Amino acid sequence: MPIEWIYGLVGGLIIGVAAAVYLLVNGRIMGASGIIGGLVDGSAKDSWSERAAFIAGLVFVPGVIALTYGNANTYVSDNYVVVALAGLLVGVGTRLANGCTSGHGVCGISRFSLRGIVATVFYIGAGGISVIIGRHLLGIT
Amino acid sequence: MRQIWAFIAGGLFGTGLLVSGMTDTRRVIGWLDIFGSWDPTLAFVMGGAVTIMFFAWRVAAQRGNPALGGAFPSAPQPRLGRNLVIGSTLFGMGWGLAGLCPGPALASVTWGGTGGIVFLVAMGLGMFAAPPIKSRLEQQPAM
Repeated sequence: MPIEWIYGLVGGLIIGVAAAVYLLVNGRIMGASGIIGGLVDGSAKDSWSERAAFIAGLVFVPGVIALTYGNANTYVSDNYVVVALAGLLVGVGTRLANGCTSGHGVCGISRFSLRGIVATVFYIGAGGISVIIGRHLLGIT
Repeated sequence: MRQIWAFIAGGLFGTGLLVSGMTDTRRVIGWLDIFGSWDPTLAFVMGGAVTIMFFAWRVAAQRGNPALGGAFPSAPQPRLGRNLVIGSTLFGMGWGLAGLCPGPALASVTWGGTGGIVFLVAMGLGMFAAPPIKSRLEQQPAM
């Protein structure tokens, strides 16, 4: 088994523990788009500090680990027009759908939520089509 | 107390994303690229995370209440509206273009360079713009 798959599984288990802590201790769904979105559009009135603390951990902890080991790279495209378009689509899409890979994917599928499963089928399907168009037909990604 | 545990959960989430390779856009695009050199790593990540959460939901059902009080989030109505389908499609298109979704985009912002920041700012603008679009789509007659 390639080492990346093992890292993937171990990382996935850690993500699962994170979602379990947020659910069992704080009583909340660990959905990244919902946590951020509620802050951005101002709909999170009484839970803003909890959301901000989650985001602080999400940015700070991997940042320190990456700084310590010094080999992290995201390989984001340097075509900023495409990157900005992608960001807009992800922002609008996740808020319309009320969830992304963490909320609908991790938290939804694990409770057999029909909405989570359908959302995941659509975003993976659209992602696959997007790669076919962007990478293989247009060559922009 | 809520903030401390939220910070811990966020930190674990970011650590898991980094360890799993999901902050590397090549790995995510590799998963979506079925006609290229397909990379199945994301399935292992999802499998690990979903397995833990499957048991967490069972624990939640047994305990009745979260440790810090309040109530567990109730299951959403199994309603598949326009917003879910259109939103997930738009999200997937953006995900495939950049290889980033909201969690990894935030987790990698300290080392993701200008591209990572451009993505985050655009994502924030999209999130800010979404609520009026959402209510307009909800007012349309049912599919």
